[in-house]
Amino acid sequence: MAHIPTTSDRAPAPARLLAAGRRRAPRIRWGGLVDHLVLIAGALFMLAPSLMLLQMSTIPDEQIMRTGPSFQIGDRFLPNLDKALNESMSFSGETTGRNMFRNSMILGFGFAIGKIVIAMMAAYAIVYFRLRFAMLAFWLIFTTLLLPLEVRIVPSYEITQQLGLLNTWTGLIVPLIASATATFFFRQYFLSVPEELVEAARIDGAGPIRFFLDILVPLSRTMVAAMFIIMFVYGWNQYLWPTMISTEEGRFTLVQGIKQITQGLEGGHIPEFGRSNILAILAVLPPVLVVVFFQRWFVKGLTDTDK
Amino acid sequence: MARVALDRVRKVYRNGFEAVKPASFEIADGEFLVLVGPSGCGKSTLLRMVAGLEDITEGSLSINGREVNGVDPAERDIAMVFQNYALYPHMTVRRNIAYGLKNRGMAKDRIAAKVQEAARMLNLTEHLDRKPSQLSGGQRQRVAMGRAIVRDPALFLFDEPLSNLDAKLRNQMRIEVKALQRRLGVTSIYVTHDQVEAMTMADRIIVLNAGRIEQIGTPSEIYHSPASVFVASFMGAPPMNLMRGAIETGAVRLSDGTALMQAPAGRGGAVTLGIRPEDVHVGEGPADFDVALVEELGAHRLLHGEVAGQPFTAHVLKDSPLGPGRHRIGLPAGALSLFDPDTGVRL
Repeated sequence: MAHIPTTSDRAPAPARLLAAGRRRAPRIRWGGLVDHLVLIAGALFMLAPSLMLLQMSTIPDEQIMRTGPSFQIGDRFLPNLDKALNESMSFSGETTGRNMFRNSMILGFGFAIGKIVIAMMAAYAIVYFRLRFAMLAFWLIFTTLLLPLEVRIVPSYEITQQLGLLNTWTGLIVPLIASATATFFFRQYFLSVPEELVEAARIDGAGPIRFFLDILVPLSRTMVAAMFIIMFVYGWNQYLWPTMISTEEGRFTLVQGIKQITQGLEGGHIPEFGRSNILAILAVLPPVLVVVFFQRWFVKGLTDTDK
Repeated sequence: MARVALDRVRKVYRNGFEAVKPASFEIADGEFLVLVGPSGCGKSTLLRMVAGLEDITEGSLSINGREVNGVDPAERDIAMVFQNYALYPHMTVRRNIAYGLKNRGMAKDRIAAKVQEAARMLNLTEHLDRKPSQLSGGQRQRVAMGRAIVRDPALFLFDEPLSNLDAKLRNQMRIEVKALQRRLGVTSIYVTHDQVEAMTMADRIIVLNAGRIEQIGTPSEIYHSPASVFVASFMGAPPMNLMRGAIETGAVRLSDGTALMQAPAGRGGAVTLGIRPEDVHVGEGPADFDVALVEELGAHRLLHGEVAGQPFTAHVLKDSPLGPGRHRIGLPAGALSLFDPDTGVRL
């Protein structure tokens, strides 16, 4: 949790001493109060849907159908959790929450790690080696930012299919593993690393690979953390691409799976709100944890210029 | 220990700029050589060519008789200290110093012993487990030195290593660096733009200007008989006084006609006269000195003014009573330098 400064915290030290000396209550700073009210309102606004999901996963599905969200906390949370994790909606029985969670994790980590490794190596080549068309290569990579997946999905799918990679992890991850964003950020970062460091390493007998692993990678760790957050969330949230590539239910991700469950609505029986709500919470949790865990480095990586 | 020889070494950048004009000199074993010159004179380029960080366009560079033009920096048996120290920020002092040894595959216990020894020599023992960011400028400088000495290189290269330190620390480090080099007896090339550093540290100085070697000599030679107007004005603070003059009717004269000394045989016409401020006799002599300003420096004073309508500075002792006004001065023949006014070369 971030430390939220209170009015007394933020008062400059002499003022605080003075106030203590006279034994008077610290004056309320109206500006600070308004700031906090706005922040609290914003936080509640953002949190409300998640809290609603949580509340609705504790009451029976019939009650949701009748009354909608309420403030009542029921006793159905654990049964719903069990159902969400271990029961499958499909014929194959492979779309359990547990399974889909694992698949989403593979996708998230696969994307994040793959993209970071490839982007770092690409940026290293562009910045540190006298390549003939380094500048051209960089701008070619950069222009792919203008071509998001949705624009090139047909050819991408066709290539993946012709390579026989449908329904494989390779087919899911590799076609999307090149990242112009990450390459760009690493390039900018490497350009800001002082030239003398390379020269000192050369004199110290470190070859290109040693320099990369011993010096450049450890130096870039804040940048890596920042990229990890962005790329993990990107991979975790993929919907279109996995839907096209994996038709086997054993490879469904959480994001796909939730859709699968709410399709029950069309069947006539009561949809399993409790279960899909828990799956939705499960789907939100890892990206939130990644951000919470890496946020210190994230800010540092994107703003720190001091090497 | 090493002898270094440069034979018509030249550097031309791809855009056609000639950073170093053909330079030839030798450095003796254990010598402390200082390359000095204003910024952009090619002194750093020259050093970086010796280090192998910059390609040599033409000419040959040899260390201990072996030509090393195409040899990788790591194979040249050199160590370099950079202006901004170039310490690896994520490594502790210990790992910074040990990195070069580790890359050369030295055994761990030997590395540890060598790092300890280097740290003791540089008073870094208690800082070994800190990161460079936790050290002061002087300490960082010493770590950079440690990284250099721990490898027992044949040749030290210093690229303006003290220019990031404050004045007081710089004076102190100057002495430390010099003492360390004396103790280890390692041949060194030291680049600086500070003429005081050059004078105080060097066994021999090379003065560079616009990519060309102006003069090679001991500090005393450079100071007392500069080879050109450039060297005369660059070395020494305050710089040498330079005045227009002429050789007429058998005497060297100021532009107002005052005769200073007998003319050397076979010369005539215009000359540039040079004299160090401290060689001027103030109080008696043939020339008039209009003092406009007195600069009090504690140990001595500088009188600024004009002689024969040209700017002039003289050096007097602290108890000299002389103030602004007109004074007689003498310019002893032995201290006068004569230069060709067109080429700037010493006559």
